[in-house]
Amino acid sequence: MSNSPVILAKDMSLTFETNDGPVHALKDINLEINEGEFVSFIGPSGCGKTTFLRAIADLEKPTKGEIFVNGMTPSEARKNRAYGYVFQSSALLPWRTVEQNVALPLEITGISKSEKQQHIERTLSMVDLIGFEKKYPHQLSGGMQQRVSIARALAFDAKLLLMDEPFGALDEIVRDHLNRQLLELWAKAKMTICFVTHSIPEAVYLSTKIVVMSPRPGEIADIIDSSLPNERPLEIRESKEFLDIAHRVREGLRASHSYDEENA
Amino acid sequence: MRAIFQSKTFAILTILLTLLVIWYVMAVKLNTPWQLGVYERAGTSEWTTSQFINDTLNQKRPVLPSAHQVFSEMYVTIFQKPITSKRSLVYHSWITLSATLLGFAIGTLFGILIAIGITNNKALDRSLMPWVIASQTIPILAIAPMIIVVLNAIGLSGLLPKALISTYLSFFPIVVGMVKGFRSPKNIQLDLMQTYFASPMQIFFKLRWPSALPYLFTSMKVAIAIALVGAIVGELPTGAVAGLGARLLTGSYYGQTVQIWSALFMAAILAASLVMIVGLIEKRVTKNMGLTT
Ligand SMILES: Nc1ncnc2c1ncn2[C@@H]1O[C@H](COP(=O)(O)OP(=O)(O)O)[C@@H](O)[C@H]1O
Ligand SMILES: [Mg+2]
Repeated sequence: MSNSPVILAKDMSLTFETNDGPVHALKDINLEINEGEFVSFIGPSGCGKTTFLRAIADLEKPTKGEIFVNGMTPSEARKNRAYGYVFQSSALLPWRTVEQNVALPLEITGISKSEKQQHIERTLSMVDLIGFEKKYPHQLSGGMQQRVSIARALAFDAKLLLMDEPFGALDEIVRDHLNRQLLELWAKAKMTICFVTHSIPEAVYLSTKIVVMSPRPGEIADIIDSSLPNERPLEIRESKEFLDIAHRVREGLRASHSYDEENA
Repeated sequence: MRAIFQSKTFAILTILLTLLVIWYVMAVKLNTPWQLGVYERAGTSEWTTSQFINDTLNQKRPVLPSAHQVFSEMYVTIFQKPITSKRSLVYHSWITLSATLLGFAIGTLFGILIAIGITNNKALDRSLMPWVIASQTIPILAIAPMIIVVLNAIGLSGLLPKALISTYLSFFPIVVGMVKGFRSPKNIQLDLMQTYFASPMQIFFKLRWPSALPYLFTSMKVAIAIALVGAIVGELPTGAVAGLGARLLTGSYYGQTVQIWSALFMAAILAASLVMIVGLIEKRVTKNMGLTT
């Protein structure tokens, strides 16, 4: 099982049946993601990025083809709590404090009190939120809320983290900061991360692999392996290498007519 | 000076005063015919306006008793009678209140259970909801005597039958509110629980129940007020000897309008207090849940 890729999609398609007829959210997706990779999914709205993440998470079922998570079916993987999921909005429970929100998944698996406390401290320090344990979500900024939901997603010590535009609603300064923290976390915890974003710089800065997607039907337009070093100060975004990769992403988006719709 | 005029107390006092004035004007007006008759029979042909007004406001069985009559009757029956006496308003209030609280408690529990059934089971949703709604279209005055008589026939009497009429009325807002409350979690929150592979039980206790609590309190405020109405109505058809409903009934038999009005005021005070208590508990609970808005 250790040799199997973390994610393996084979000719996977996913069609939603709606009242207005079928919506082809994903078509013939072939993708392999290996342990320790940081993979970004980029593409215009509606190209199926969220749907792909949800298919990995067993929140949607592929209508054709197959997808494996750690060599298991998504539903087995979900049963094994093989992944943590960070939603687009923080989805924190407003009646729970920060530490209670982080503890939610642990309460569901059942875990001893001392272990729970240890775990809360560890994950909250990972996202730099020590001192905010007793605060309620509405007392936190958007960036802090999203950090809480990342800490929560680290609950099962899963080696796979699925993140759906986690920083989409945040301003650029906060976003930069969180991007740095996320890279540190990724390096420290040796995880595999699937990260959906709208932002080309964000995708290039974070990823070891960038999956460019095109809409209607959602297909993979390009897969770019990043040549950037693992150590990435923010200044790297001005380097030639960085700009070259960004250019290739932009080309991939253009070639797949991703800009047509947006300009219209 | 402006602060006084703009204050909330001032506004409330103004309204109270206006109501009081209207009350007295109406009392004089409605009691005038009877007073004229009294004067005629007594052969009184000379009377001053102030004497006339004074008399209309102090009749023994007025059409509309005046405020001071009602309040002094209340004062006497609340504070100057032993609370075990049949003439004590406290005694009667307690009889009604105990039925109200019991009926409300059963109704709340029952309502929550039905709401759980409706939200967890599609068949129940389709089959139960129409009955729940239909139950409320039957006038309570029509069904109350039947409930009391049937329960009496199987040996149940006293507190429980009255409480069940309170239940009958109060479970409805609880069902409606809690169905909405149990369905209030957002999709994203439900998805989150899915990613944890949470059991339906866990989803209920960790997500649906806390999400529904604010709805529960809103419905309980409505439910407890109509539970009181139910208990009073439940006292009417049996010719009950005790309770606020009984006071209304005997009052109307003997034309004791002052007694009727003091019972009505007492019922209003009880209802307001009950709703307020639920509101206070709500404040506490939502504050403990960090949901202060
Ligand atoms: N539950 C659903 N039912 C019907 N159509 C859906 C559903 N979820 C997503 N879609 C459609 O599938 C397509 C892909 O959606 P999504 O994966 O959310 O795109 P993205 O995350 O890239 O913006 C869109 O056209 C969207 O309208
Ligand atoms: Mg999306």
